[in-house]
Parts: sequence; structure tokens; C-alpha cells
Amino acid sequence: MDAHFEYVLRLADDQLVLGHRISEWCGHAPMLEEDLALPNIALDLIGQARMLYTHAGEIEGNGRNEDQLAYLRPEQEYRNLLIVERENGDFAHTMLRLFFYASFMELFWEKMLTSSDEVLAGIAAKAIKEVRYHVRHSAEWVIRMGDGTDESARRLEDAYDDLEAYCTEMFEMDDVARDMVAAGIGPDTQALVESWKAKVEAIFREAMLNRFAPVEGHRSGGRKGQHGEEMGFLLADLQYMQRTYPGLNW
Amino acid sequence: MYSQGLIGADTSTEESEEFLRAFQERIDAEQKIEPNDVMPAGYRKTLIRQIGQHAHSEIVGMLPEGNWITRAPTLKRKAALLAKVQDEGGHGLYLYSAAETLGVSREQMTEELHAGKAKYSSIFNYPTLTWADIGTIGWLVDGAAIMNQIPLCRCSFGPYARAMIRVCKEESFHQRQGYEIVMTLAKGSPEQKAMAQESLDRWWWPVLMMFGPHDSDSQHGDQSMRWKIKRFSNDELRQKFVDATIPQAEYLGLTVPDPDLKWNPEKNDGRGGYDFGAIDWDEFWRVVKGKGIMNRERIRDRRKAWDDGEWVREAALAHAQKRAERMAAEQQAAE
Ligand SMILES: [Fe+2]
Ligand SMILES: [Fe+2]
Ligand SMILES: [Fe+2]
Repeated sequence: MDAHFEYVLRLADDQLVLGHRISEWCGHAPMLEEDLALPNIALDLIGQARMLYTHAGEIEGNGRNEDQLAYLRPEQEYRNLLIVERENGDFAHTMLRLFFYASFMELFWEKMLTSSDEVLAGIAAKAIKEVRYHVRHSAEWVIRMGDGTDESARRLEDAYDDLEAYCTEMFEMDDVARDMVAAGIGPDTQALVESWKAKVEAIFREAMLNRFAPVEGHRSGGRKGQHGEEMGFLLADLQYMQRTYPGLNW
Repeated sequence: MYSQGLIGADTSTEESEEFLRAFQERIDAEQKIEPNDVMPAGYRKTLIRQIGQHAHSEIVGMLPEGNWITRAPTLKRKAALLAKVQDEGGHGLYLYSAAETLGVSREQMTEELHAGKAKYSSIFNYPTLTWADIGTIGWLVDGAAIMNQIPLCRCSFGPYARAMIRVCKEESFHQRQGYEIVMTLAKGSPEQKAMAQESLDRWWWPVLMMFGPHDSDSQHGDQSMRWKIKRFSNDELRQKFVDATIPQAEYLGLTVPDPDLKWNPEKNDGRGGYDFGAIDWDEFWRVVKGKGIMNRERIRDRRKAWDDGEWVREAALAHAQKRAERMAAEQQAAE
């Protein structure tokens, strides 16, 4: 597979899968304000995914559009990070995951603004504004939960324990990512680790959460299509219509 | 729907004749009543009930459509549906705020909903079984809501009227979007067309019930009309809806499941309109009284979201308190 195509597809899958997960909250959030905020975030991510899939399809040059890429691949061809496919769990889990991920993506999109791929640079310019809001929103919740009640602090710790294994994968470099660095298309994500740690730990201090930014996780494999057990169920939902009624316009 | 809100409302008032006459004069002069104005207790009570039930309808209405967000067939449809369901949440928020100006809290209203004491539109007690239902709901349910809400933009109570102006713009966007989904199906493959027809067959009668009981069986309609909370009767609005919708169904090549439906040139003072068959009011009352297909599930889901979220709301409150205390302490130290 072409490295450029693969790279853009990975990014598209990350945004789609997290957008899908967050959209599951719609109508079930802890308060009406969050029933507006969470779909808003999901919409941002799905919007980014759409632009990225369209771009990936153009790079590939086989005429696949956003929906063919988003809906019609077998599970192992999805290349998203494992952290985004994890089940939502409780609100602490959802918000801490978003905080970890969005804090990473904020640094990532900043670097992407100067990508030699002008389409990606353009997407980054839009995404950066959105992801800043995602960071702000999730960080505020991490602080409220960490420095809220005993129960909320305990739930935030539990969420941390569930998620810590998954953060390192965000920074992993492989041949595809190195090719993109060489071509001036994408950043060296290893170089983002220290800024990410500093950002995360500053918020943890405000949240009175006695933890380090998790950078030694052992879970990885999403970039090679090796997903968790939950991914098949997510795809069963996502692909339901396209698989049941192939080849129709909706 | 929102006029169903008046079912069982107690609109009796005890104010003096003179007070009531002066209030009625303001209403007749088309003056808007604002939250700090004096108003009969019955007027306040009727509005709290109606606006509260309207707000609950928006919130409960997020559930049937939300049921298809993760399964929407394309990314464009998924984004549009998410945005639509989010809009409904926004409508709920403006409406709760409008009701709060009358001296009732959002929390109180929510608790009444969860306790089964407050109603919401009967239509949301029907399930969404196919993707076509997402189109049908936009086309017909939002369409019926608009029919009802356009006159509410001139409601005598200012905050409600203003909320409706904002809401109506979005509802008509939802209606067009829903119609476009159904159109895509109606022009699609035979199985898509069948999906659209099957959906219309299930939703048609429940949608007509959204306008509430016949005028002859509606106890509180007259007082609400005099107070200009309502501008048209249930039957008038239902007739307008049928007249507007039948040509749309014909254009789609879909058939409304009513063998008695017939153009009547005499109707509407000779302008013509449709005669339509008898509504199954037993079904309507069954659903209103809690025995619809999804009544239990809708309230269970709302209650679950609320109960599961309790610790989150408590955390937010506790944190705000801690922050305020810390700020006060810092200020004291500085002095
Ligand atoms: Fe609405
Ligand atoms: Fe509405
Ligand atoms: Fe709507």
C-alpha cells in the first residue's frame, strides 16, 4: 500500500472511530449541556474524517469515495489507534480518553499546518481550532472530576488505569510514519512526547490527580489492523446499512 | 404534540373579575406578556405545563432518532442526523429556560418527567425500526411540529413566542432534510421504496394524533385560545397538515394508509381540502396513558442517563464550591 495513502487513511480512521464512539452518548449524557457538547465534538471529528477519507481516495486514485473507505473495509484494514475504539465506559473514561487524545492531536495538527501536502495542511488549519476546544472541554472536566467529590476522583483514577496502556501508541513511529517525515508530509511524533507530558501533567496537577502522563503503555497494533474485541461490534453498527443493502444511494 | 400538553391541565383561576378583565384586554390588544408582568395563576400554570411538556418532547425525541446515529448509511447522513438530534437538545434547552422564567426549575421539570407526572408528545413512544423512519420523522413529525409551532411564534407569552421563532427555523430545515431522505428512498431501488412506504404506513396515523384530541373532546382549548396561547384548534391544525402533506406524498409516489382519504372541493370554505378517515382514539389514549410501544423504555433511558450522570453533576458542583472557597481564602489572605 502507498505510504501516503496509508498515512491519511490512519488519520481518517482515528477521527471516524472516536467520533462514532462519542456520538454514542447523544441523548444519554449526564446533563443537557453535555448532550449538546458531545455531539458537537463528534461532529467535528466526523467532519475531519470525511475530508481525510476524500483526500485518501484521491491519493489512492482508484475512485473510492469517503463512504467506500469509511464503510466497506474488513476490520483488519481499519488502521485507527486502539485508544479511540475503546468502549466509552463512564463519563470519566470518555472525557479522560478525549483529553489524552485531543492533547496529542493539538500538537499533531500544529505540526501538520506546514505539511508539504497542502490538502492536509488545509485540514489541519480547520482541525486545530476544533481540537483546541476538545482539549479545553475535556481538561475542564478532568479538573472538575479530579478535584470534585471522592467518587469522581476515584472514577477518574479508574479511567486512568484503563487507559494508561493505550497512550504510547499515539507516538509510535513505523516505516509509513518515517516516510512521511522524510517527505515533509507528517511530523515525527516521538518529538511530541515531552510537550504532551507537560500538558497532561499540568492539568493533572490542577485536578489533584496523583499520576504521571502515561508514556509506557504496552498496547499497540491498531496501525497494523490488530484491534480489540470491541472493534467488531463497532463496525457491525457502523457498516450495518452498507453491508445489508450493498451498492445503493442513501 | 405540544397541544397535547393541555390534556388534564388545570386552568382555573381565582383572581377578581376586574383583574382578569384587565389581563384579557392586554391579550386582546396583542401585547406580549413578559415574565415579570402580573398574570392569572391559571395562565402561568398552563404555560409552565405546556412549555415544560414541549421541552420534554424535544429531549425524549432525541432518543428515537439517536437510535440510528451509529448506523446511518453514509457519513453525510450520519453528520446531518447528529446535528439534527443536537438541535433538538438545543430546543429543549431554550424551552426549559423559557419555562424557568415562570418560576419553575429545570431540575423540577426533569424530576416530574422521570416520575411520569409530566407528559411529552405521544409520537416519541413509537420505535424507529428502519433507516426510512429517520426520513419519515423529519418529514412528518418535524412537519407536524412546524404546523403547531408557527402560530406559537405569536403566542401571548413573550419568552415562549421568541423561543419558537428560533426553533421554527431549525424545524423547517429538519423537515426538508427528512423529506429529502424519503425522496432518495422513493427514487431508489424497489427495496428502498418499500422501506419508505412501510415507514409511512407506520407513522401516518400516530402523526395525525400529534395534534391532540378533536376540538369537541378537548377541554382546555377555549381558555388557551382566549389567552392567545393557542391560535388554532387541534382540528384546524390537523386539517392544514393533511392538506399540505398529501401533495408531498403524491410527489414521492407514496400512498398514505387511509382508504377514506378524498379531495373535497367544498372544504376550507370552498378552497378545497382533504377528507380523511377516523383516527383510532383508543390507541391515542393508550399511548398517552403509558401503554404505547416505547413509553417504558423512553422514560427508563432518560432516567438512566440522569441517574448515571448524578455523580458527574455532583462533581461539577463540588468543584465549583471548592474553587469559590479557595478564591475567598486567597482574597482574605491578600487583605
Ligand atoms: Fe425540535
Ligand atoms: Fe419541537
Ligand atoms: Fe426538529
